Amino acid sequence: MAHILLRHREIPDINKLNVYKKNGGFAAFKNAVTKMKSTEVIDVVKNSGLRGRGGAGFPTGMKWSFIDNKNWPHYVVANADESEPGTFKDREIMEGNPFQFLEGVALASYAVGANVAYVYLRGEFWELGAALDEKIAEMEEAGYLGDKLFGTNYSLRIYTHLGAGAYICGEETALLESLEGKRGQPRVRPPFPPAVGLYGKPTIINNVETFANVPMILANGAEWYKTMGTADSPGVKIFSLSGRVRKPGNYELPLGATFRELIYKHGGGVQDSHTVKAIMPAGASSSLILVDDDKVLDTPMDYANVRTLKADLGSASIIVIDDTVSMDWLINKTVHFFKHESCGKCTPCREGTYWMSHLTERIHGGHGSKADVDLLLNVAKQMQGKCLCALGEFSTMAVVTGIERFRNDFDNAVKA
Amino acid sequence: MSLAKKHPKEVKQILSKYPPEGKRSAVMPLLFLAQREEGYISKAAMRDIADILDITETDVAAVVGFYTLYHDKKEGRYRIQVCTDLPCALRGADKFMDDLCANLGIKAGETTPDGAVTLEAVTCLAACDKAPMFQTQGPDGIKYHESMTVDKTMELIRTLKNAVGEMK
Repeated sequence: MAHILLRHREIPDINKLNVYKKNGGFAAFKNAVTKMKSTEVIDVVKNSGLRGRGGAGFPTGMKWSFIDNKNWPHYVVANADESEPGTFKDREIMEGNPFQFLEGVALASYAVGANVAYVYLRGEFWELGAALDEKIAEMEEAGYLGDKLFGTNYSLRIYTHLGAGAYICGEETALLESLEGKRGQPRVRPPFPPAVGLYGKPTIINNVETFANVPMILANGAEWYKTMGTADSPGVKIFSLSGRVRKPGNYELPLGATFRELIYKHGGGVQDSHTVKAIMPAGASSSLILVDDDKVLDTPMDYANVRTLKADLGSASIIVIDDTVSMDWLINKTVHFFKHESCGKCTPCREGTYWMSHLTERIHGGHGSKADVDLLLNVAKQMQGKCLCALGEFSTMAVVTGIERFRNDFDNAVKA
Repeated sequence: MSLAKKHPKEVKQILSKYPPEGKRSAVMPLLFLAQREEGYISKAAMRDIADILDITETDVAAVVGFYTLYHDKKEGRYRIQVCTDLPCALRGADKFMDDLCANLGIKAGETTPDGAVTLEAVTCLAACDKAPMFQTQGPDGIKYHESMTVDKTMELIRTLKNAVGEMK
């Protein structure tokens, strides 16, 4: 099947404006601005069943319909802060098929009545930011951005904004704080951004991949989109496959493809013909899925089915762990990551990740005892449900499921 | 000389992205601009940015301290920032880092004696399929180097050291 998002795999020059245009580019945006009411655009996205691709899987059209129309101006923000260990899909979209992403931002802006949109990129995407600035300038030149577009009264400008190295800024309210020139610390929610967002104004924030879907949905219709994927999770998803596989990379597949198909058919199987021991489907934030029978690998990858394995699909960053890996090493890695990235605002996360890192270090270093493993599990469970944002919660997922589902690895680590 | 005097066009262009009530948003791009000069952000530059944006020096310093890509101390003119997070580590990043340290004769977090290169371990850079990988942060911005070997990296480091030598 031809790609819908990673279209540059078939059309390598689609990152050039004239090539994108020749392949139907900007027709959906022009049609929306000149012929559709903004609410009609929202309805199409709603009917398509598109769910947010950043991790939470929230229905996109519904989010857009929450925009507060009593408070103006409105803003649209693209979350391009891609930082979850194991996720590298947004970068490929923006490098390979940038105009489709930007057209999606433009369509969302029209749908919610925003005249300004920001693309918040992680600071490490420095070169990509410069490239997007050029693409935006080309769109202005060609009349797809600017004042009074297509002879209507609608105006839109898109600006890029670089972060500076902080995983927490992928959390939408921390991102807004950062974009406002402050430390990237999450806000207390509610109110949610569609009511109180950037500069206190109603704001819609979506992930890059979510935006990239929108022009195709508007061009081909909601019914077309629903012919792909599952009833619960329509459409396609880019699965970032990494870890101990032969061919890591991004694979665009219909939602509902199985782990086996991704890992063995596309990813070429496990390195050195080892067996899969565990899967992290949502990057470092994942629960560890224990792969102890074939049924697990045959599970369809969509939001509902992954939940039956007591894990979440999240951003679909599939990290494959083979039988050479011990979980005490693995959680030592993830806990150090979250400790480094904790923003310090709330006590359970700031202190919890700190103390967990001491314990994982001790256990992995061979100086731990059985009591340390129990204490680690206890600290992780104490944190759950008490953190201000999802980061603290996520930091406990691999710890709790690692100890509960792979207890042997920890017994061996403290025995040695 | 102040940032606004040295780079009037860039400062104006940065400020134009944000509405008047959101002027403070310009703090991050202005910090990147200031850092381009010497590889770190001096106290004077922070004062300067505070003045441009009508915020306090503490507001600016808090931003510098929070984000890992800003540096308030003079270290290597180029930083080699190797991702050693879980997905990269599953593909040999820890060994790659150890080998680089051995070749350079420094530990992670240290700078080569000529002040050219600081070697650092960093968290995920969104290139998990192309490990081992690192980014360089220097006068020419941030660049990715993917699917790297120790030999290729040592060659790059020689080029960077020469470039720094010429700057002096």
